Amino acid sequence: MNAGAVNNPTVDVPRTALDLARIRADFPILHRQVRGRQLVYLDNAATTQKPQVVIDALTRYYTDLNANVHRGVHFLSEAATNAYEGARATVRAFFNAAHDREIIFTRNTTEGINLVAQSFARPRLQPGDDVLISAMEHHSNIVPWQMVCAEKGARLQVAPIDDRGDLVLDAFERLLSERTRLVSITHMSNAPGTVNPVGEIVRLAHARGIPVLVDGSQAAYHMPVDVRALGADFYVATGHKLYGPTGIGVLYGRAALLEEMPPFLGGGDMIASVTFERSTWNELPYKFEAGTPNIEGAIGLGTALDYITSIGFDKIVPHEQALLAYGTSMLESMPGVRLIGTARQKASVLSFVMEDVHPHDIGTIVDREGVAIRTGHHCAQPVMERFGVPATARASLAVYNTREELDALGAALRKVSEVFA
Amino acid sequence: MDLNDLYQEVILDHNKRPRNFHTIEGASHRADGHNPLCGDRLSLYLQVTDGNIADVAFQGAGCAISKASASLMTDAIKGQSVAAALDLFERFHRMVTTPPDQPVEGMGKLSVLAGVREFPVRVKCASLAWHTFKAALDSGGEVSTE
Repeated sequence: MNAGAVNNPTVDVPRTALDLARIRADFPILHRQVRGRQLVYLDNAATTQKPQVVIDALTRYYTDLNANVHRGVHFLSEAATNAYEGARATVRAFFNAAHDREIIFTRNTTEGINLVAQSFARPRLQPGDDVLISAMEHHSNIVPWQMVCAEKGARLQVAPIDDRGDLVLDAFERLLSERTRLVSITHMSNAPGTVNPVGEIVRLAHARGIPVLVDGSQAAYHMPVDVRALGADFYVATGHKLYGPTGIGVLYGRAALLEEMPPFLGGGDMIASVTFERSTWNELPYKFEAGTPNIEGAIGLGTALDYITSIGFDKIVPHEQALLAYGTSMLESMPGVRLIGTARQKASVLSFVMEDVHPHDIGTIVDREGVAIRTGHHCAQPVMERFGVPATARASLAVYNTREELDALGAALRKVSEVFA
Repeated sequence: MDLNDLYQEVILDHNKRPRNFHTIEGASHRADGHNPLCGDRLSLYLQVTDGNIADVAFQGAGCAISKASASLMTDAIKGQSVAAALDLFERFHRMVTTPPDQPVEGMGKLSVLAGVREFPVRVKCASLAWHTFKAALDSGGEVSTE
């Protein structure tokens, strides 16, 4: 089950057993200065920083192991293949999938969703069929479905969210019909920070025989994810938000579904045999990994997941939830500040607007104080429209953030108020 | 570079109380401008009579820089000939894209926006109104600073 269940803590939650000083020491970038000030990095929903072990893993790969995988009989090729497949096993364990072959390495979450849209949905969709998403999706979980629906004459249905940013579950249930071929929904929204009741969503969909893709881009680094306990048919995540490198992502798919699906991209490594008349496909997972993969990225991701596991979500979740509660109270107490997204279950995202100050101006001013936040529509324009704002400022948290950093944000926001007084 | 160089009094004032902030019924030229990065949107209305900008107004929502720039622009081009306004467009564009150490001359009130040169991601905010103005003259329609 997802750890969003440990929610609504109060501000006086005791400091956790997490060794914050040690964790911060693991991330070299956190100790640099920007614009003459100590960096305060609060843009983790965009990408997280990397611990030294991940940086070292990339260097070590090129120093000691570099060779192409699944090809050569020579020593290095075998060693690189073992490291790459070892990373796959680490990913499988991290998400508690049943089999390594259910783990497909992609470039990122976006590619994982496109793979499912093209290889799973496209052959199945008929005119008049539905794909169901929610109103809190990132563009990456909207556009691939619009493209495939437009081509097949299918409809993209959108389950509404309420004023707090919670999915309206009974409206979602009413949109499940005999024409619904797939539900694709985020585990955690990047703009309002809502954590969806994915287990319940899957139960409702499966009761009608509808498969479910869960977008775990934001959730996977904030809470333990057990794809089998959730019952997800597909689960997608991205390495660079899991303290790993960019350019590596993960698609989990139930083997029975992946077996039925045609390849997404054609090329080397995904074939069993090739003649000019026809080719036959390799077995899972290689059928979906055409061409030389991001070997260093996969190895770096495996190292990053080992790093997360070494800290443990039992420590990460209470720490981040306490920070979220602290930051929520701080922002709620500031005059003129309004939080966007106050769902019952949230994680690690503080989206807000300030009266009479555009988010872009907030971003520029706090940046001068060394505080990195995101401003804009967060690739979620429909979410902005739902809340009636053109954009928001967003501070987002990760395991290494501190209350002092949120205080620095607070001080920077008071500076914004001074400039615009 | 101090923040106060970007957010000068004149800019904050035009942001708070934008001039010519309305629509023009039956305008001879009109265009919409959009900066997708930050969601800034503005609509520009021109009344061009005998080669002169008899009236200009705008509506929209955006950051302080884009709003103040639009407001200052309308003040600067109102009553000017189209040719003079286009010349000002060129000079404004040069001002916000030259290196920060270059002196700014002959820009009048618009020189308060020279501070954006120190904030490269904000140059688009300052330019949006001007590009929309040019689009309105050229053809009408939508312009984007992305």
